[in-house]
Amino acid sequence: MIGLNHYLIISAALFSLGIMGVLTRKNAVNVLMGVELILNSANINLVAFSKYSAGNMSGQIFAIFVIVVAAAEAAVALAIVLSMYRIIKTVNLDRADTLKG
Amino acid sequence: MDNELLTRIVFYFFAAVTVGSAAVVVFARNLIRSAFALLFTFVGVAALYVFLGADFLAATQMVIYVGGILVLLLFGVMLTHKLYDLNLKAETFQFLPALVAVLGLFGILTTFMLRTRWHGGGQAESVPTTELIGELFMRDYILPFEAASILLLIALIGAAMIVRRRSE
Repeated sequence: MIGLNHYLIISAALFSLGIMGVLTRKNAVNVLMGVELILNSANINLVAFSKYSAGNMSGQIFAIFVIVVAAAEAAVALAIVLSMYRIIKTVNLDRADTLKG
Repeated sequence: MDNELLTRIVFYFFAAVTVGSAAVVVFARNLIRSAFALLFTFVGVAALYVFLGADFLAATQMVIYVGGILVLLLFGVMLTHKLYDLNLKAETFQFLPALVAVLGLFGILTTFMLRTRWHGGGQAESVPTTELIGELFMRDYILPFEAASILLLIALIGAAMIVRRRSE
């Protein structure tokens, strides 16, 4: 039988891969992809616990809120990336250092 | 029994698709390839939602992530590179330290998840969830629901403000 642990391990793997993407990538859009992986792994956990706690729906409701926040985050972050590209002509995060004192 | 085996096979297939394509997202050298691998990750996660009996969330995942966020990310890739730039190479840095740290993190997470004895009420029957979610949003979660809608509106207006071209 497929148990709770299966979903938890998948979610831990997705979370670790997302952290890996955020840590190693230089391209801003690629870092955003890592963030999306992390949000998805959190969602899997929420929905899995919702199912394995006798169908308490709060987990699924929170997963929907996570999706809403992820949509808002993607829109704002891509807007920032686009205006950064317009100003410094690159999306390499190492080059966005004009605030450095 | 036969049915059980089939369920397991399909579950492991989608689990492999999800984790494997997530690995492609993170390790692929080509940006476009990462973006398209992300498509398979999102579809795999939607399939896992179906296994968990969350039909409404699976549909939402397909519509918002695959139809919205992924397209947005692809726009981001396309708009920040020259259109005919063939080598959309993604640079990586501090690869080995990050790999070690992430493997350690994964080990710690799985160890504690497997050791913990979660006490829930047992597995729930799969019932259609759309009506339940609608009722909860309109009754118990009405304030967070409205707050989320305002957040979304503000975020979209803000995003449009940020990328708008300044006149002269």
